[in-house]
Amino acid sequence: MSDSATTPNKIGSKAHREPPTKPSTTTPSGIEVPPVVTADMVREPDQGLPGEFPFTRGIFPDGFRGRLWTIRQYSGFGTAEESNERYRFLLDKGQTGLSVALDLPTQCGYDPVDPIAKSEVGKVGVSLSNLAEAEILFDEIDVAGISTSFTINGTASIVYAMYCAVADKQGVPREKLTGTIQNDILKEYVARGTWIFPVRPSLRLIADTILFSNEQTPRFNPISIAGAHVRDAGCTAVEEMGYTIANGLAYIDELIRRGGDVEKFARRLSFFFYVHMDFFEEVCKFRAGRRLWAKLLTQRYGVKDPKALMFRFGVVCGGSSLVGAQPDNNVVRVGIENMAAVMGGAQSIFTAAFDEAYQIPTEHSAEIAVRTQQIVAHESGIARTVDPLGGSYYVEWLTDQMEDEITKVIDDIDAYGGVTKAVEDGWLQLKIAKRASERKKKVDSGETVIVGQNYFRREDQNEGVAELFKLDPLASSRVIEKFERVRDTRDDAEVAKTLAALEKAAAIDTENLMPYLIDCCHAYATVGEMVTTLKSQWGEFEEPVRL
Amino acid sequence: MSLNGKRILIAKPGLDGHDVGAKIIALALRDAGADVIYTGLRRSPDYIARVAVDEDVDAVGLSILSGSHKELVEETARCLAELDAGDIHLFVGGTIPSEDHDELRQAGARGIFTAEMDLDEVVAAVEADLNA
Repeated sequence: MSDSATTPNKIGSKAHREPPTKPSTTTPSGIEVPPVVTADMVREPDQGLPGEFPFTRGIFPDGFRGRLWTIRQYSGFGTAEESNERYRFLLDKGQTGLSVALDLPTQCGYDPVDPIAKSEVGKVGVSLSNLAEAEILFDEIDVAGISTSFTINGTASIVYAMYCAVADKQGVPREKLTGTIQNDILKEYVARGTWIFPVRPSLRLIADTILFSNEQTPRFNPISIAGAHVRDAGCTAVEEMGYTIANGLAYIDELIRRGGDVEKFARRLSFFFYVHMDFFEEVCKFRAGRRLWAKLLTQRYGVKDPKALMFRFGVVCGGSSLVGAQPDNNVVRVGIENMAAVMGGAQSIFTAAFDEAYQIPTEHSAEIAVRTQQIVAHESGIARTVDPLGGSYYVEWLTDQMEDEITKVIDDIDAYGGVTKAVEDGWLQLKIAKRASERKKKVDSGETVIVGQNYFRREDQNEGVAELFKLDPLASSRVIEKFERVRDTRDDAEVAKTLAALEKAAAIDTENLMPYLIDCCHAYATVGEMVTTLKSQWGEFEEPVRL
Repeated sequence: MSLNGKRILIAKPGLDGHDVGAKIIALALRDAGADVIYTGLRRSPDYIARVAVDEDVDAVGLSILSGSHKELVEETARCLAELDAGDIHLFVGGTIPSEDHDELRQAGARGIFTAEMDLDEVVAAVEADLNA
C-alpha cells in the first residue's frame, strides 16, 4: 500500500494545481448566471413591503430593527453537569438562546446501559435518559426566561415531554415555555439517520406534539422542518429548499387529517437550513423559499391569516462548507455565511466554530463563533435596514430563478407520489447519495475550488488544530452510574402504570400521546423504556438500502 | 490492477447516522469494479462480522463520524477474528483525528480515510492493499 494514499496530511499533486483566473459562471445549484442582469430580466421588480404577502423581503415590517436575530450556538456533551456548565458559560458570553445537542443513544431511543449505546454515551451531545438528568441540565437556568432549542427528532416527543416536566418541577407555567424541538422525522429517513419507528406512526407522533403544543405551550415551536441535513448530506441549495417545503406540506396534510386547523397550527411551523458559501444563492434561497411557502399555503390550503403564512427559520453556518485543511480560514467562511443569513432574514443563527470539522469546539473556538455574530450584528451595519439587497436586479432575478427551480423539485416529489412514498422506497435517499457523489467528484477534479484543500495548499500545511478538545473519558461511566441510581430509587409501580397507559394509548390512532409521555417522565421512566413501549405497538422502520 | 472480482462490505457501526461518506465510497468502489454490499445504518460489530463472513467479502470498510472509532474498530476486528475471518481486510473512514491513526492501525485498520482525500486516492489505496 502506498503511504501517500492513506495519509491525508501528505501533499499530493493538488499543491501544484494552477488556480483558475476567472470566477465560475454557474451557481452550485446549476443556475447559469449572465454577466450582467438588467431590469427587464426581473419578473416582478417591486416585491412589496417586508411583512406583507408574499414576504419576499422578510416577515417583519421592521426587520432586525425590532429585534436582532437570536444567537443560538449548538452545544452539549458528556454529562448533564458538564453541559449545564457550558450553557452558563455561553449565556455569560452573551448568547441569547440555548441549543441542546443530545447524544446518539438519547436521539435513537436507547438507554445508556443498552449494549448498542455503550460506546456512544455523551459523545456527540449530552445524555438525557430521564427527568433527573433534565433537572440537572437546566439547574439554575430559568426555563421561563430563555428559549431552548433541542436538536431531537426520533425521540422529540419524549424530550419535549421532559422539558414540560422540568417546567412543572421549576414551578413555571407551561404556557411560558419558548424554544423549539426539531421534530422533523422525514429528513431523518433521508439524511440524518435517527429514525426509530415506521414513517406513518412517526407522523402521528409529530402531529401529537404540534397539536398539544398549540394548546399548552403556545409560544413554543413544536417543529423545525429542516433542510440543513439533506444539504449537508450532499444536495444543492435548490433541493434543500424544495425537499424541506415538500416535507412541510406533508406535515400539514397529516395535521389536517388529525383535525388540526391549518390557520392555527401553521403559525407555529418553523424551518431550519444550512448556509453554505455561495453568498447570493444563499440569500436568494431564503427570499424564494419565503415567497413560495406563502404562495403554496394560500393556493393549496386557502390560508388567510398572514401570521400562518410566515416562513420563520433558523440557520446554521458551517457544516460541510468548513474545511479540515488550514482550519483557521473557517473563521472567514463562517463570517461570510453569517452575513448571507442576515441578508436572507434568518430569525436565529448558529455559527459553527472553526474547528467543527474535527471536534467538539473548545471554549476558544466557541467564543470566536459567538463573537463573529456580534461583529456582524453591531459593527457591520448590515442589520440596519430590512432586506438591504432587495431591488438589486441580480438578487431579484436569482430569487425568481431559485423559486422556479425549487418548484420543480416539489413537483418531482408530487409526481413520484409524495414524500412518504419517496422515503419509504428509498428514492429520495438514492437521489441524495448520487448528488453527494457528484459534489465530491467536482471537488476532486478541481472544478469546485476549496481554498487550502484542492488549491492554494502549502507544502508544510498542518491540517490539525492547535488546541484539541478532550472529552472526559469517565463521563460515560458517570452517566451510567447516575442512570442506575435513578432506576434503583424510583417508584417502580408508578413507572409500570404510566408505561402501561402509554402502550394502551399508542394503539389508538386518534389519542394524543403527549399527556401520557409527560406522566411517564414525571415517574422517571427512561427514554429507552418509553421507546420500547411504543415499538411494541408500532415496530421499527426498515431502512430501504439502495445503491 | 483493478477491483474486478473483489467483494467489499461497507458498514455503518454504532448509532451514527451520517451515511453520505459511506455511500460515496460504496459508489466509487463499485465504479472501480468491486461488488459492493452496504449494510445500512446502526449495525453492531458482531452483525457486520457475520455479514462479512456470510458474504465472503475480501474487505470491510467501516464508516464512523461519531468519535467512537477506536471502540468500534477494535470490536469489529475482534468479532472478525472470533469467526476465523481475520484475513478479511479492515478499513475505516470518517472523522478520524490523525492522533488516533496509529492506534487504529494497531487495532487492525489497514487504511484510514478522511473527507479531504480524493476518491481516486481512496480507491487506489484499497486496490493496492487487496492486490498486494
